[in-house]
Amino acid sequence: MLLPPLYLVARAFEADPATLAEIVFRPRNLKLLFNTLALTACVLALTTLIALPMAWLVTRSDLRHKRFHAIMGVLPLAVPGYVMAYALIGLSGYYGFANHIFGIRLPRPEGLSGSAAALALYTFPYLFLNLRAALAGMDPGLEECARSLGRTPWRTFLTVVLPHLKPALLSGWLVIALYVLGDFGVIALMRYEVFSYAIFTQYAGAFDRVYAAWLSLMLMAVTGAFIMADAYLRGHRYARAGGGAARVAAPVPLGRFRPLAWLFLATIYLASLGLPLTVLLHWMAQPGPGLDAAEVALAFYRTASLALPAALLAICMALPVVYLTVRFPSPLASGLDRLIYLGYAVPPLAFALSMAFFALRTAPALYQSLPLLLFAYVTTFLALAVGPIRSRLLQIGPRYEEAARALGHGALSSFTLTALPLLRRSMVAGGLLVFIMVVKELPITFLLAPIGYRTLATTVFSRTSEGMLAEAAPYALMIVLFSSLFAGLILRHEGRR
Amino acid sequence: MKKTFLTGCLALALSMPAAALADELTIYSGRGEALVAPIIAQFEAETGIETNVRYAGTAELAALLHEEGAQSPADVFWAQDGGALGAVAPLFADLPGEVNAGVAEAFRNVNNKWAPTSGRSRVLVYSKERVQEADLPASITDLTDAKYKGRVAWAPTNGSFQAFVTAFRVAHGEDAAKAWLTGMIANDAKVYRNNGTQIEAIANGEVDFGLVNNYYLGGFLTRDADFPVAQTHFAAGDIGNLLNVAGAGVVAASDNQDNARKFIAYLLSETAQQYITLRGNEYPVIPGIIPNATLESFATVQEISPRIDIDQISDLDGTLALLRDVGLL
Repeated sequence: MLLPPLYLVARAFEADPATLAEIVFRPRNLKLLFNTLALTACVLALTTLIALPMAWLVTRSDLRHKRFHAIMGVLPLAVPGYVMAYALIGLSGYYGFANHIFGIRLPRPEGLSGSAAALALYTFPYLFLNLRAALAGMDPGLEECARSLGRTPWRTFLTVVLPHLKPALLSGWLVIALYVLGDFGVIALMRYEVFSYAIFTQYAGAFDRVYAAWLSLMLMAVTGAFIMADAYLRGHRYARAGGGAARVAAPVPLGRFRPLAWLFLATIYLASLGLPLTVLLHWMAQPGPGLDAAEVALAFYRTASLALPAALLAICMALPVVYLTVRFPSPLASGLDRLIYLGYAVPPLAFALSMAFFALRTAPALYQSLPLLLFAYVTTFLALAVGPIRSRLLQIGPRYEEAARALGHGALSSFTLTALPLLRRSMVAGGLLVFIMVVKELPITFLLAPIGYRTLATTVFSRTSEGMLAEAAPYALMIVLFSSLFAGLILRHEGRR
Repeated sequence: MKKTFLTGCLALALSMPAAALADELTIYSGRGEALVAPIIAQFEAETGIETNVRYAGTAELAALLHEEGAQSPADVFWAQDGGALGAVAPLFADLPGEVNAGVAEAFRNVNNKWAPTSGRSRVLVYSKERVQEADLPASITDLTDAKYKGRVAWAPTNGSFQAFVTAFRVAHGEDAAKAWLTGMIANDAKVYRNNGTQIEAIANGEVDFGLVNNYYLGGFLTRDADFPVAQTHFAAGDIGNLLNVAGAGVVAASDNQDNARKFIAYLLSETAQQYITLRGNEYPVIPGIIPNATLESFATVQEISPRIDIDQISDLDGTLALLRDVGLL
C-alpha cells in the first residue's frame, strides 16, 4: 500500500527547488482544490438522495420484487464512466435524443452539475449496497423500543435508525468520495477541472512525471483528510436491543405512497441504466464491422479470469484486516486500515507507474505478468471489499464469539463458526464491488497486463481512442451485460440461502 | 472450491512464458488497434516475425517507457504525435541513415531518432449550418476578432495543439504567441479535451469553429455523409496550417533491434503507407502513393503550410510554461 506514495515522493523530489515553488504555490492549485471539493460534496449529496430512500424501500417497505430492485440498484456500477457522461451529453444538443424525440433543446450538461450528475448516477450503488446491508442486518428491536416509548416513526428513523446507519453511510461516502477524486473519464468529457484532470494533463500533454507526482501528492493529502474525517466521525456506540438472534423487521406498508415509490425507482433506473443503454444501442446501430465472436469470447474469458481471482483475493485479505481493526482496535490496526484507502485513492495512472517502478527494481521477472496485475488490482480495490464487511461485523457485535469462546473454542474457530457465516452476505457484496471495478478498470490494465492480453475494457479503449465509438459499443455493452449477469447470479444465490 | 480455482489461476499465470524468442517483436502502440492492427497482421504474414502489441494511450506509454528505462520490454514505440516522440527521443536508438532520407522532406527527423509514419495538417473545422464562406478567417490570428467571440473551440491539453503553439512561438516569437493565446481566452474560446470532441461540439451547436487535425472529420463523414461540419485551411503560409507527424522509433533498451528496424521499414513501405492514407485519412510520408480523394492534395497542403522545420518545434517545455503562464494548463 505504501509503494505508490513512496514512488510519488521519489518522483516529486526530482524537481529543482525553483520550479518546485512555482509548481506547488500556483493559484491554480487552489482553484483545483476548490473544484475537487465542490464536486465531491455534490456527488455525495446526490448519491445519498438516491441510495438512502432506495435502500429503505428494498429492505423495510412492503414493496414487492425486492430482489429485482436490489439488482437494479447495483447494476449502474457496471456502466463505464465515459459511457454515462456520453449518455447525459447525448440527451442535449441539436442531435441529442431530447431534441430528436421531443423537440426540446436542453443545454449541454457540463462543468460541476454535469460531472456531479454523471458520477452520482453510477457511484450511488456503493452507498446503496452498504446501506442495504446495514438496514437488513439491523436489529428491529431497537426501533420497536423507540416506538413503544412513544416516538413517531419518523422521529424513530431520525434518532435511532439513522445513527446506526452511520458506519454504512460513512464507508459508502468514503468510497464514493475517493472514487470521485480519482475519476477521469467523466470529468474530461464534462470539461470540469479537478485534480485528476490536471494530473492526466501533465502526463498526457507535458510528459511531465514530476509535476504530475506533485499534483498526485496534493490529491492524496485531500484523500488523507477525508480518511481522517471518516475515522473521526465514525464513533463507537453500536448496539442491539438484547441478546439472542434478531428477528426480521416487519415490512412497513407504503399505502398511498406506493405510486410515488415506484415513480422514484423508475426515474432512477431510467437515468442510471436506461440512458447509457440507449447510447450504447445508438452507437451499435451505426454501421461498423461485424463482431468477431471468437475475439469477444476470448476477451470475455480473460476479463473473468482477472476479475474473479481479484475479487476472491480481496475478500481473503479484507477479512483479517476488518477482524483486526474491529475486534482489536489499536493505533497500528487503524493505521493499517487507513493505508488501504490510500491505495484506492492514488490516481490509477500514477498507481500503474509506481507498480512498474517497483516491479522493475525488485522482481523484473514479474513485471507485466498476471500475478503482478492481480496484486495491483487487490491493492487498489481492497478498500471496496473492506467497507461492507466492516459495517456488518460492527453490527454483529462480539457476543456470538464470546459465547463460542465460553464453550471452549479458540479465537479463530469461534470466529469462523459464528461471525463468518453471518458475514457471508457482506463478503459477497464486497467481492462484487471489486469484481465490477476490475472488469471496467483501464489504466492499470493496459500498462501492466501481460502483453497482448486484451480484456473487454482495453478493447473498448483501443476502439474509442481513434474515435471509433461505433466499434467500441458492442464491447462496452458486453462490460455492462457481463457485470450485470454476475451481479444477478450472486444476488440470486445470496437470496436462496 | 474457491481456493482450488484461485490456486489454479495463479498457477496458470505463473506458468506463462516470460522469455522473449528471437523472432518476436514487442510493440508499444499509442495508435488505436482498430486502425493499425491490420498493418501489423500484414507485417507478421510477410516477415514471419511474431508481434506482441500493447495498445494504450500515447501519453501513458511515453510515461511508462520513461519508467522502464533500460529494462523496457518494448522494441518499438509507435506514437500518435510528434510531441511524444520528442519526449521519448532520449530512449530511442539511432535509426539507419537511409530511413529518414527516404521520406518527404517536410516530415523528416534530422536527428534520425524516429521515423515519421504519416503526416497530418492543422485545419479549421466549421459548422456548415451557421458559418457563411465570407465569415471564414484568413489567418488563425483573426480568431481573436470580436466577431468570433464565444464561437471557437480549442483543446489546449492536446498534443497536436501544443505542437502548433510551439511552431507559433518559433515563427512569430514569444510575445506574439502569448498575445494570441490571451486574445483567444479574452474572446471566450471554449476548452475541449481533444479533436473529436470539438467536431462533435460543432455538430451539437455548442460552437461554430474548431482547431483540429485534418483526419478526424473523415471518420464522421464516412458514418454520416450529411454531417454538418466542414473543414478548410487558412490563407497560404499561415501558421494555422502547420504540418505535423505521427511516427515510430526503436527503443534503445530493445534486444531485438533488427526486427524493430524491419518493422519501421515496413511502416514506410507502399502497402502500409497506402493503407494509412486511405483508411486513416492521413498524408503518406513517401512518394508514389494514391492520394485520399477526400483530402486536400498533399502538394497544396505542403505549399500553404508555414515553412517550419519539424525538429525546431521540439521545445515543448517552453510551450507548457507559456500555457501555464496564461492559465490554460
